Amino acid sequence: MQDFTDLYWRLDGTTKTQEKVTALADFFAAATAADAAAAVGVLCGARQLRVVSTRQLRQWVAEETGLPDWLVEDSYAHVGDLAETLALLLPEADPAAAALPSPGLAETLATTIHGLRGASDDRKREVVTATWRRLAPRERIVWHKLVTGGLRVGVSRTLVARALAGLAGLEPAVMTHRLMGLAGGGLDAEGFGKLLDPETAADDRRPYPFFLASPLEETEPATVATALGDLADWQAEWKWDGMRAQIVRRGDDATIWSRGEELVNEAFPELVAAAEALPAGTVLDGELLAVSAAEAGPLTLLGFAALSKRAGRRRVPKKILAEIPSVFVAYDLLEQAGEDLRSRPLAERRQRLETLVPDCFAAVLDRGGEAAAPRLFTSPLVDGDSWAALAARRQESRARGVEGLMLKRRSSPYRTGRVRGDWWKWKIEPLEIDAVLLYAQAGHGRRAGLHSDYTLGVWDGERLVTIAKAYSGLDDAEIVEIDRIVRATTLERHGPVRICEPTLVMQLAFEGVSASKRHKAGLAVRFPRIVRWRRDKTPADAGTLDDLRRML
Amino acid sequence: MPSPSSPLLEVTSAGLYCAAGDFFVDPWRRVERAVITHAHADHARSGCGRYLCASPGKPVLRTRMGGNAVIDTVRYGEPTTINGVTVSLHPAGHVLGSAQVRLEHKGETWVVTGDYKLAADPTCAPFEPVACDVFITESTFGLPVYRWPDPASVAAEINAWWLANRDAGRTSVILAYALGKAQRIAALLDPAIGPIVAHGAVMKLVEAYRASGVKLPPIDRVPPRARRVGGGRALVIAPPSVLGTPWLKMFGESSIAVASGWMTVRGVRRRRNVAAGFVISDHADFPGLLEAVRASGAGRVLVTHGFADVLARYLRERGLDAAPLVTRFTGEAADGADDGAADDEEP
Repeated sequence: MQDFTDLYWRLDGTTKTQEKVTALADFFAAATAADAAAAVGVLCGARQLRVVSTRQLRQWVAEETGLPDWLVEDSYAHVGDLAETLALLLPEADPAAAALPSPGLAETLATTIHGLRGASDDRKREVVTATWRRLAPRERIVWHKLVTGGLRVGVSRTLVARALAGLAGLEPAVMTHRLMGLAGGGLDAEGFGKLLDPETAADDRRPYPFFLASPLEETEPATVATALGDLADWQAEWKWDGMRAQIVRRGDDATIWSRGEELVNEAFPELVAAAEALPAGTVLDGELLAVSAAEAGPLTLLGFAALSKRAGRRRVPKKILAEIPSVFVAYDLLEQAGEDLRSRPLAERRQRLETLVPDCFAAVLDRGGEAAAPRLFTSPLVDGDSWAALAARRQESRARGVEGLMLKRRSSPYRTGRVRGDWWKWKIEPLEIDAVLLYAQAGHGRRAGLHSDYTLGVWDGERLVTIAKAYSGLDDAEIVEIDRIVRATTLERHGPVRICEPTLVMQLAFEGVSASKRHKAGLAVRFPRIVRWRRDKTPADAGTLDDLRRML
Repeated sequence: MPSPSSPLLEVTSAGLYCAAGDFFVDPWRRVERAVITHAHADHARSGCGRYLCASPGKPVLRTRMGGNAVIDTVRYGEPTTINGVTVSLHPAGHVLGSAQVRLEHKGETWVVTGDYKLAADPTCAPFEPVACDVFITESTFGLPVYRWPDPASVAAEINAWWLANRDAGRTSVILAYALGKAQRIAALLDPAIGPIVAHGAVMKLVEAYRASGVKLPPIDRVPPRARRVGGGRALVIAPPSVLGTPWLKMFGESSIAVASGWMTVRGVRRRRNVAAGFVISDHADFPGLLEAVRASGAGRVLVTHGFADVLARYLRERGLDAAPLVTRFTGEAADGADDGAADDEEP
């Protein structure tokens, strides 16, 4: 645990890629296979078991320290990181317990996390308090994050792959592929050995590393043309509002992998059945989409919110299966007849895809209705004989329920990760409104103790009603300045939330407006974020609820 | 006993006012008579008619208030009378000459702490508990997450950091509040490691400290418009306001650290974006605040700047008559200069 703690703080202490890779390589070279395997799982974002709730931890800390619950909460609001808050509140480690040899990461996970599955609360508490007594505060922070399943390290899988590839003498791309599909956990010492063994064959079910598109900064047709050149070199598709996924059809079965590399077969049983009909040795890249039920009239897209009602489930009830049917819209073919096609040009992959999956989603959408039969489609291409024509098509996005256009270079291979140049997302410009800062709350992480989370409102007649919470969009200096204003203009405090005198106006961007019974305003904005602080405006200049209703 | 109808001290628009004695404690406006706990800018404003401070604090207060200020002094613990109110000053352990102000009138005793700490500090007299009926305490670090490490272990950390930098040929720059923290750190440094140099704002107060008899290691002033100072071996003490200014460029490759109680919290450390953070403060930590309250024996506690609401509520739940008291003292500036006030920029 000590070695892993040191690694955590080394990674935390630098923003330089090479230093991170070196820290990882040092750790893996020195660790036992069991600890290295456990660390790979943790670093690659394997879903962690949560046997102890954060509520229990807070309660036990309050009891151990004799502090009232509210003071633990106030401390958390100030520090902005629960694992750290609890580590700071607890008394110093017991020197006798701390002097004992520190168990490694694998053993720590086994005894203090996996071993507590199904244990009584008393037993959990006993193990947790004993662990507190032997860990120093810096170890406690890391351990708290492990126990609560909230460990995020500022390190990408690519860096882990680089470190391991160096150790094994393999290409980073090969290692990246070997690391795929580990999000479900379950890498053990033997598995770690195989990871480094040059002779290991590719896993049958493993997806390929996803190629990610970059946002296009230009938005005007003329500037897009300048940036991307001849339209004939590009393929345009709709940018779907769903979940990126790969269907891997190899051997006897089919698996569906989310971009977070979780196996989502259980959440999409009807798609698994459809995927099994594909010929063996096929890998498709595409989007999971939720569509309206067949009985409900013409088929329409339901959007990401509906899809997420299904995504995390282990078992999907019949009712939801019927209400939120899903389809898979394929836009790339990565493997055919067991052959890795990723280095072939997109144009060729697309042609093969259309042969393999003949049903085009456009036909279904335009025809309406018949969603029941096929569940796998190809993603339609969006035509336009000029950048201007394509830009005009892009303006249909909001009405179609998509996020804009994808532009892909016809000659491009299927790359790994977010590599700029060949795949671009040309999203539609967001909707905007000027809104007034009404409540503020202290942030987390780097913004701990600074009021950086804002609730904003617009006018409803003579009063301001809240419409959105926004966390991002301002720079550090602005946040510090706003923090001072918030403190100086606080009217009331409710725990960590300050109600402020309305003085600050923010330009708020969002992707759409929908009716909502949950919000006082009667509507909700999607993906709100602050574009800029309008120092030139006063609350009287802010937008109104009627402005938002017109965007519904 | 405290009578609610005529408190011995009350907050007015000009500051904490003692009507019975017609004087102010740490006023935030120009007034005729000011009793000063210590020379930080949020406690000592220039332009008052007369100042009263503890005698060890006079050279420092003089540096801050200017040559023409009328400054009376009393020794720690020596009572004096202002319009029938007995006033005495007692060590607060915050910075050189810092004092708690004890007021006694008609059998009732009040103490105003100003800023204080209980931890050891070789550059000033240690905090002395003073018994009272009403205790007015600061609460800059009034949350239980603030619990200071032993200053000796922090000193060892700072010296180890300096040594490692020196061996790597990097200058060490430590950002610390010009009055108090800078001198305290200087006193903790091991001069065998290399030369110690300081920013002009710090030097002025180093001289005032020396004039008061505080022993500090040899420190050189950074000359104006100097280049290549320190040769990668020196430790530079500078006020936090130099961060991000060209002034730092004269040291070549350097490692920058902040010394402040706020460095306890990782988010704050990361936000300051410096190589190291040392947890050392001239304010009381949470256990220190509770200990000071307990030692005063006061039944009524008024809590000023910092986490006033939090500390007052906690004390109330433990059976004390406690309430927040709104003042204009600062000390909450986690993103400002330091855990003192933001007046580190000397002209």
